[in-house]
Amino acid sequence: MRNVFEVMARTAAALVFSLAVVTGAMAAGPLTMNGAGATFPYPLYSKWFYEYSNANPAVRFNYQSIGSGGGIKQITAGTVNFGATDAPMTEGEMKKAPGTILHIPTALGAVVPVYNLAGAASGLRLTPDVLAGIYLGKITRWNDPKIAELNKTVTMPNEDIVVAHRSDGSGTTDIFTNYLTTVNVEWRAKVGRGKSVNWPVGIGGKGNEGVAGVVKQTPGAVGYVELAYAKQNKMKVAALRNKEGHFVSPTLEATSAAAAGVAKSMPADFRVSLVDAPGKESWPISGLTWILVYKDQKDEARGRAMVRFLKWAIRDGQKMEAALDYAALPKPVVEKIDVALKQISFKGKSLY
Amino acid sequence: MARKTGGNIKDLIFERATGAFAFVVLFLAVLLFAVLLRESIPALRKFGAAFLVTGTWDPVLEKFGALPFIYGTVVSSFLAILIAVPLSVGAAIFIDEYAPPWMKTPVSFLAELLAAIPSVIYGLWGIFVLVPILRDGLMKPVAKYLGWIPLFKGPVYGPSMLAAGVLLSIMIIPFILSVSREVLATIPQRQKEAVLSLGGTRWEMLRIVIGQHCIPGIFGATILGLGRALGETMAVTMVIGNRPEALLSLFQPGYSMAAVIANEFTEAVGDVYLSSLVLIGLILFAMTLAVNLAAKGILTKMVARASRGI
Repeated sequence: MRNVFEVMARTAAALVFSLAVVTGAMAAGPLTMNGAGATFPYPLYSKWFYEYSNANPAVRFNYQSIGSGGGIKQITAGTVNFGATDAPMTEGEMKKAPGTILHIPTALGAVVPVYNLAGAASGLRLTPDVLAGIYLGKITRWNDPKIAELNKTVTMPNEDIVVAHRSDGSGTTDIFTNYLTTVNVEWRAKVGRGKSVNWPVGIGGKGNEGVAGVVKQTPGAVGYVELAYAKQNKMKVAALRNKEGHFVSPTLEATSAAAAGVAKSMPADFRVSLVDAPGKESWPISGLTWILVYKDQKDEARGRAMVRFLKWAIRDGQKMEAALDYAALPKPVVEKIDVALKQISFKGKSLY
Repeated sequence: MARKTGGNIKDLIFERATGAFAFVVLFLAVLLFAVLLRESIPALRKFGAAFLVTGTWDPVLEKFGALPFIYGTVVSSFLAILIAVPLSVGAAIFIDEYAPPWMKTPVSFLAELLAAIPSVIYGLWGIFVLVPILRDGLMKPVAKYLGWIPLFKGPVYGPSMLAAGVLLSIMIIPFILSVSREVLATIPQRQKEAVLSLGGTRWEMLRIVIGQHCIPGIFGATILGLGRALGETMAVTMVIGNRPEALLSLFQPGYSMAAVIANEFTEAVGDVYLSSLVLIGLILFAMTLAVNLAAKGILTKMVARASRGI
């Protein structure tokens, strides 16, 4: 028995010793920035964190893609250094936070209608009212005159339209329903906007892959997914008539154009919607994604590291967006963000 | 506790430690219930008992009711049991009584392997393989000729209550099968031989002996499967269609309690919304508890009757 105790005592001593060594090493090691939030920009952020830490070994990032709602909750509770979201915080949510939270745009995303229709190639034309009509359950067949008259070159089959939407709460749904709410009065009155809504018709799929699964497997289906997802999976995407009456195909350029169209009127806090944006080339279902940081930082070193990273993200970071199918922020927006970054401070002193 | 002789300290420590572990398990269950109850208070206060019978689920207007989810969970699980029990009991009888020896091990091994597949894989397989097969091979023809029966009314989408029931049945087969086999193994060889020696056929032997001996065990296996089906989340949400409506037709999309929690919990904003999801969790918890308690009661009676019968 004595032997056992001896071994245990030795192990314990060894453990304590090694722990002390590890903690000592950690204190001298890199600064870890913790973040949590949106899943949509996660691939981009991973790439950014990797590249940035390679160039600046003194800073490391730990990002949990738990969803926009979770990101807002965690930054409000102060359990992370930064949050991330696809939907701007509401006034109520801003009030709950112990300090002023800044929304820093990092990238642009677009939501695109996709479909599965034998005989029709990519680029089927839709108007805002037709899209809303389909999702309201008022247009139920593909050969409905309202669709047919927009697409005279395609023979529309006499087939049921199977509507697919996201079943999980998501920023994608928020942008999509925000668009329908903006362009269609009936949608605004009956359904409204949100990360989850009470859909009048359709089947719910979990995640982009769930919606894509329904669309790919079901003849006559229509759904909506993120642009990147549609591109990578080579899905048929619709061309949509934008605010200025042009039919636009969803591309990264058309998404950036939407942000450029709004740039002039963009508020200083960047809590702005890009749906139905002005501009001839603008893709109408676009949106920003934001990193959330406190204006008044509690820790000088961390605050400074955060500002430095964000400065890098809106400049060098933007060059990595296209390769990952995100649309880059247009220049006028980047200039505006710079102004906001200068506000981030420690004890009243700017950390820029 | 007189058997604690002569202050054997190791014995005492061991006894106390195991006691503490048992207490921790109990404590966790109570804590789970308490937290669910506490978090669902805002929803309980706003909707009351009407929550159970309301069919609306509108996060924008914050109007919530659990009826479509309760209905979906019950119907899909019942469907799964309806398919899985005859299938697994039949397979168990075949493996134990009829199968040639070289077949027994591979068949039961493969069947049990089904239990090791993660449910998200079942879900993906469901979307890409099962749903198209069911849609084109079963639902479309049936809806065409038997569509006048309310259970089979179209239109046919694919993701549906039926797809969820079938997928769940496949997922619970290994559990019911392996328990059924163990139950069959408890039949005394002498009893089987007795029936055969009296001139009974194999079918008569099985009918008599299984009827006599195995019904409680098979019932227990069924409840085990049902418990799993009630709580299954990932696979169900991928094929059920996620439509919060309680529709009679099995070909229409539905929703389940576990699925709506998994889908909406992470992005639920607002106290009432979040609390309504927790309340659904509480109802699911209560339902599984009720099923298990009822099963236990019935089982005790069955066992008593079965042992009296011999």
